[in-house]
Amino acid sequence: MLSQSRFADSLRRFFDSDIWYSFKSSRVTVAAAIVTAVMILTAIFSPWIAPQNPFDPASLDLMDAFTPPVWYEDGVPKYLLGTDDQGRDMLSALMYGARISIFVGFVAVLVSMLIGVTLGVIAGYVGGAVDALIMRIADIQFTFPAILVALLVDGIMRGILPKEVHDDLVLVVIILALGVSGWPQFARTVRGSTLVEKNKEYVLAARVIGLKRSTIMLSHVLPNVLGPVLVIGTINLAIAILGEATLSFLGVGVPPTEPSLGTLIRIGNDFLFSGEWWIVIFPGLTLALLVLSVNLLGDWLRDALNPKLR
Amino acid sequence: MLAFVLRRLVQSLLVMFFVALLAFSMFRFLGDPIAQMVGQDTSLQERERLRVELGLNDPVPVQFARYVAGVLKGEFGISYRIGRPVDELIAERLPATLELSFVAALFALLAGIPMGVYTGLYPDRWLSKVLLSLSLMGIALPTFLIGILLILIFGVNLGLLPTFGRGEVVHIGFWSTGFLTISGLKSLIMPAITLGMFQLALIMRLVRSEMLEVLRTDFIKFARARGLSNRAVYFGHALKNTLVPVITITGLQIGSIIAFAIITESVFQWPGMGLLFIQAIQFVDIPVMSTYLILIAFFFVVINLTVDLLYYAVDPRLRVHGGAGGK
Repeated sequence: MLSQSRFADSLRRFFDSDIWYSFKSSRVTVAAAIVTAVMILTAIFSPWIAPQNPFDPASLDLMDAFTPPVWYEDGVPKYLLGTDDQGRDMLSALMYGARISIFVGFVAVLVSMLIGVTLGVIAGYVGGAVDALIMRIADIQFTFPAILVALLVDGIMRGILPKEVHDDLVLVVIILALGVSGWPQFARTVRGSTLVEKNKEYVLAARVIGLKRSTIMLSHVLPNVLGPVLVIGTINLAIAILGEATLSFLGVGVPPTEPSLGTLIRIGNDFLFSGEWWIVIFPGLTLALLVLSVNLLGDWLRDALNPKLR
Repeated sequence: MLAFVLRRLVQSLLVMFFVALLAFSMFRFLGDPIAQMVGQDTSLQERERLRVELGLNDPVPVQFARYVAGVLKGEFGISYRIGRPVDELIAERLPATLELSFVAALFALLAGIPMGVYTGLYPDRWLSKVLLSLSLMGIALPTFLIGILLILIFGVNLGLLPTFGRGEVVHIGFWSTGFLTISGLKSLIMPAITLGMFQLALIMRLVRSEMLEVLRTDFIKFARARGLSNRAVYFGHALKNTLVPVITITGLQIGSIIAFAIITESVFQWPGMGLLFIQAIQFVDIPVMSTYLILIAFFFVVINLTVDLLYYAVDPRLRVHGGAGGK
């Protein structure tokens, strides 16, 4: 009972807060949040709500290939947005594709976050040579565009892993490539806030009672530096989704057997000249809408959490 | 000043050293270089002889030194996939990428600055709002999607512009240029717009926010009080003061233009270095990959160094604080 009323209490507090007010009063942000939520929910539940399983070759009929969207004369209601070259229902392929794109994006950002936050706290708290080393590496990587780093990691992994193993682990490789390419931003921010927290009294108190350095970093400093991480995480989610799509479009990402949005665009790109525009435009629009919404959410979050702008 | 220049130089050398180390490790430890060079039926003794001949049994630091010496002379090894020296391949494709990047940067500047000035001067006009929303699209839309949309509209539906390749090129010495033929110039339009779109949006937003900031300052009020015309105030005073950050950002973006050319080249089958690099990744063509890495790193280091030095020359405040490089 108690926990329930506490939950209601914190819920009420949330709806009274400045953040909720600033969210409510920005129509663009509300729209972006709705689009993002719908896309994520569709992606999660796609196996249950998609009309067809596009990854199952048995459910595909080559006779249905290149069916145009339903508003064309030879479109059929079964395939609302038409089909691709293998007779895959575009709508289902989009749902499943977004599922892979969002999943890869999320996990890649988690990987970046894990590497970046860990190294950032260590660099900030330990300082000295460790700090210099970590931040120099971050600086060097920061001079290169993230997509280039991701391509390079992808290429190196291809060199290390034998072909069959690589094909099995392709999603892991992409997640690692994107994850590694995104960590410096987290590390920089977290290092900065760690430097501030380090000199506060609660850390001093923890040190005085003789806690281990790792304990102080993990359970005292870490919770207090996580605020900005959320903002960077949201913006990086958009970047990671875009990065995955780019890798896949370039042909070094998700394979066409279980396509992500980027892979779908790559497939559709081959039919640009023969008039089957829907194979490329629908995945393209979905990707653009997804990235734009997440970007807008990230921008709003950054402004809402930044007390200087209030 | 000298200390600052020296420190930046040492930093740049350090970056190049690390990149060379990475490139060498890829070159040396990813896959067996011997297996890539000989056929299945080469005997073990033969392979061993080749190893000694190529110095693959020497200590690793010696090999690294030899690799660096080779790189400095422009020897990057032989492509596994194409079987030709990598420096030849790069030299063939470098002009295509550089011409494309140059035109893209020019497009971004020539269109981005006026748009930025306009949206900064008249933030409430409907055209400014349209431009701003478009610039948001320019930032959020992936490069390849912009390219595909352009191809669909201007290539497929209207049939106005060529959709792949460089058109006819003219060879001047080792340089091949598309600037001198009609088909070469036409082929440049869509790839350059695709590549420049992101930078255009970036420059426009930057000029806009700088303009808004500068227009609020006292010296603008003072210039108005002196009775200068709007034109003189806007262009002689305001715009001039926005240009320092624009130059910096543009300089730093040249590197990413060259990197993002990978995507644009892939969309338009533009025969440049980026396309070479992507194919190298697909086929695990290590010599090409490591060479591209070194080359791009070199571009980035030189650009960053130049921008830093320019900044130092332009912004007197940096000199006061002992030249910490501003970041």
